[in-house]
Amino acid sequence: MEVDLRATLDRHGRLDVPAATLADDADLYAAGLDSLAIVNIMLAIEETFQVEFPDSLLSRQSFSSIASLERIIRQLQSESV
Amino acid sequence: MTASALELAGQAWSIEDAAARVAAVAKRHADQVDRDGAFPAAAIAALKTEGLLGALVPVAFGGLGETLSAVAEACCTLAQACASTAMIYAMHQIQVACLVRHGTGSTWHCNFLRRIAAQRLLLASVTSEEGVGGNMRSSACAVQLGTGSHGAGQRGAGGYTLEKRGSAVSYGEHADALLITARSGAYAKPSDQVLVVSPREDCELERTGTWNALGMRGTCSSALRVVAAGKAEQILPAPFGQIASDTMVPVSHLLWASVWIGIAADAVDRARLFLRAAVRRSEGALPPGALRLSMAVELLEMLQARVTVGLRRFEAARACAAEPIPVGEAADMNTLKAGVSEACLQVVHQALLICGFAGYQNEGPYSLSRHLRDLNSAPLMINNDRIRETTARLLLASKPRLGLL
Repeated sequence: MEVDLRATLDRHGRLDVPAATLADDADLYAAGLDSLAIVNIMLAIEETFQVEFPDSLLSRQSFSSIASLERIIRQLQSESV
Repeated sequence: MTASALELAGQAWSIEDAAARVAAVAKRHADQVDRDGAFPAAAIAALKTEGLLGALVPVAFGGLGETLSAVAEACCTLAQACASTAMIYAMHQIQVACLVRHGTGSTWHCNFLRRIAAQRLLLASVTSEEGVGGNMRSSACAVQLGTGSHGAGQRGAGGYTLEKRGSAVSYGEHADALLITARSGAYAKPSDQVLVVSPREDCELERTGTWNALGMRGTCSSALRVVAAGKAEQILPAPFGQIASDTMVPVSHLLWASVWIGIAADAVDRARLFLRAAVRRSEGALPPGALRLSMAVELLEMLQARVTVGLRRFEAARACAAEPIPVGEAADMNTLKAGVSEACLQVVHQALLICGFAGYQNEGPYSLSRHLRDLNSAPLMINNDRIRETTARLLLASKPRLGLL
């Protein structure tokens, strides 16, 4: 999943640096993440991981780091099983 | 009258009264400012005298500590007299809001906020750039850190230099300080930007274009080449991307919208006075088109409510400790900007149909020429087509916040 998520961030996140250079807990906002990129990442995550993002998880906190996004994807996948 | 003079006279100072006094000055010069494309020097001097440039600076830093809503109201009041003055005031306050929100963790910027209040500094911004276009979130120029000294200002180790060709720098030559965006270093990507505060004495300016525009003529938004140098600590610690999405963009849309509503409100008032005179002459009979006065006021009231809701949501989000939901707020501010900018033009158009050729004149008490020309800048200030494309995408992820509370 880590590889897929970093590839998704590279394709849709418009970050200032390649996602491979970011630690799991690195601040994605400091790397240039903005609102529009959040939407694109959210849609890409829904498609790649076959999950649906509820409005309640669409917070600044959810998209703050790779680790946070991984946690959310795992949680959504386990709920949909 | 200054705050202390009012206190001596036993009257309380209020931002509403102060804005009304400045508006009276702005109104006297509005036609000349528009005709000559002149900087509204008298009105800006009055804003300084009233201490209104420091309205958003916290009391702890010597400012008035006013709310954004109060400043929005002042923008609306000023716009009823002179749109250029109101837009300059709005643009200044947008810069102050960025410093208050993102600069108070830095000693240099805290001291600078004190200077804004004490010395009544006027701030301008250099976000546009030749070759980049209107996209504020992209820079070609870069700050050079640790560079030596050439030209004005103090630097050396721990210093920065910066050269930028701004494509539209509103009142840059009349400002006391410039806030300039640039890439964070020589090898940074165009979107990896910082915001630098450059007091006027630290920069050299060269006008490289003219501003002979349809409206907003007093904003003097010509192309300007800026060479700035100073200490590295003048660079705001937060990345510009965060400053833009948290503060600069939402505050811009809220204050611009307040200006546009002020312009539309004055147009409606001219139409109302036109009708009053007509009804007096015709011994009570309503002339054709009179019902448009009601239609114009209906629309204007909806626009006022929209901006009030936007201000309330923004202030509530910034007041609570939890971070705002970035997608929902961005969509909310974008629909506010695109919607209000175009609907205000519809309001003025209704007023024009009421006033007829008296409104079509370039001068006279019922002229709507300036209102129409000034307001036509509104859909262009960050082009509505671009905004709506972004908004549509944001709305895919975030349900719009409706509901009446």
